[in-house]
Amino acid sequence: MRADASEASLRILSAGPGATLQDAGRHGYLRFGVTAAGPMDQLAHATANLAVGNPAGATAIEVSVGGLEVTAESGPLCVAVAGGEFSLSLDGRSLPPAVVLNLEAGAVLKIRAGGRGSWCYLAVAGRFIVPKVLGSHATHTRTGFGGVNGRALAAGDRLAIERSASSTSSLSAIAAPWLDRPLDTIRVVLGPQHDYFANDQIAAFLAGPWTVSAKVDRMAYYLDGPRLTHARGYNIVSDGIAMGAIQVPGDGRPIVLMADRQSTGGYPKIANIIGPDLGRLAQARPGAVFRFAAVTIGQAVEARRSEAALLARGIVVEPLTRTELSSEFLLGLNLIDGVVGAEASG
Amino acid sequence: MTLQIDPRFLDAGEAALVVEFGDTVDPVINDRVLALDAALRADPPTGTREFVPTYRSLMIHYDPLGIDRETLVAIVRRMMTGLTEWRGEGTIWTLPCCYDPALAEDLDEAARILGLTRDDAVALHTKATYRVYMCGFTPGQIYLGGVPEQLKISRRATPRPPHPAGAVSIGGGLGTVVPFVMPTGWYVIGQTPERLFAAERQDAFLIQAGDLVRFEPIDLATFRDLAQRAGSGEIVARKRAA
Repeated sequence: MRADASEASLRILSAGPGATLQDAGRHGYLRFGVTAAGPMDQLAHATANLAVGNPAGATAIEVSVGGLEVTAESGPLCVAVAGGEFSLSLDGRSLPPAVVLNLEAGAVLKIRAGGRGSWCYLAVAGRFIVPKVLGSHATHTRTGFGGVNGRALAAGDRLAIERSASSTSSLSAIAAPWLDRPLDTIRVVLGPQHDYFANDQIAAFLAGPWTVSAKVDRMAYYLDGPRLTHARGYNIVSDGIAMGAIQVPGDGRPIVLMADRQSTGGYPKIANIIGPDLGRLAQARPGAVFRFAAVTIGQAVEARRSEAALLARGIVVEPLTRTELSSEFLLGLNLIDGVVGAEASG
Repeated sequence: MTLQIDPRFLDAGEAALVVEFGDTVDPVINDRVLALDAALRADPPTGTREFVPTYRSLMIHYDPLGIDRETLVAIVRRMMTGLTEWRGEGTIWTLPCCYDPALAEDLDEAARILGLTRDDAVALHTKATYRVYMCGFTPGQIYLGGVPEQLKISRRATPRPPHPAGAVSIGGGLGTVVPFVMPTGWYVIGQTPERLFAAERQDAFLIQAGDLVRFEPIDLATFRDLAQRAGSGEIVARKRAA
């Protein structure tokens, strides 16, 4: 490992369960049974990366509601946090939930579950010096590869970082209104096996309402709501599973398959959540209530186009003064100027 | 002979298209899946990302901002008109498999259900040549057709506790080899020392859809020796071109 002036490291002081390194995912091996993994909320992951000038798909730390506490060793490190509305503090001082800042050597950044959201992302300007597995840093803990030895991050881990040349920023709030996404309606494209359900069951599926159950993780979100019945049995000849597939096993309770899902399966899939709404569902906590709405492929693609356009415009940040400010005040700031990380490559 | 077939095009969201050739586990249908897969891999349309062959359908992952669905369907239809029967150019693998009771945890139970002796069950399992219909569920896992009639057993009503990596199992009229420790609804009748998935090995995956597999019985001592060699990155299965 090279040791030069641009090298620094991030020390994990404490990590709740489920903090993992994730890049844009491990692609190209689905045909061998390897799912992509990658971020649960791709938009938030990209936002944090762009805010520090990284490519959108760079490796970042995905933090669960279990939280994370880090410090810089031989800093400073330019870092950004974005995602759900988590509770952040720097050396005990409250910060807004989406920030970019210089983490000086010895400074402690704490990330805890806040008012809403299940995942947030800690991006560092530069790149993590961690071996790639099959071309990716994405961690898939169920099969034990990627990230740091295929496991979640733990207290004591030291992550070496090659800092990027322009990695500095004064403490600033990230204005990312697109991360403030209410969970009311989740859009789906029906199929590929909606013909395993009679029309009244499709209607019941769309009417809901659905509640996110307590059983949620990177692999799947189980839903509570009306019991769906199958018209043609619940065993199909196994086929491929895309992220966001909603499979309905024999008990009639839908399961949304997420980033760490299995690559194939033998239950009928009534619908697939559209790409732009995957992160929204991922951020929902157990108990959250919502409905599904069926859209056409054309409408789903239009939603993707809008999302891509948002990020292509770059991330807007608003410098914060270095005085003691309450998080309520900071949250109320009108965040309008300053643009960094307009590059949306990767 | 070109394939005169008209697959169904199904959507798995706006970024994955399923080309479905049938709804049964059937070598002729699987051949068509593999033929289309091969054609697409040889000349991947701009905007497509991954092709995932399974028993009876091919899932095409694509970037809908890079290619629209109708264009993709039109390209696939055009490719289909030029397809010939897939001739099975896959590799033939011989996987060492230990049927010792220490590793073949469910062999006695399966034999009893099937009305066979343990030795007969092993003989039947090693005599057959299996077709790899697909890889999936977990990395490197293979699903095998060609299980002899006398070895066709239903899956368990409830899963059994986790088995070791390399478990060779039968269930639902099919076979599988699973490179990971996990619970299963299948019957574990042996264990291979080969690692079907080893991320650090140059060939991370050994076997792909369309390959053929045979099992060669080995004793426990041989298993331990081969497992050690496989652990250090050696490929202990034998292969030859079909």
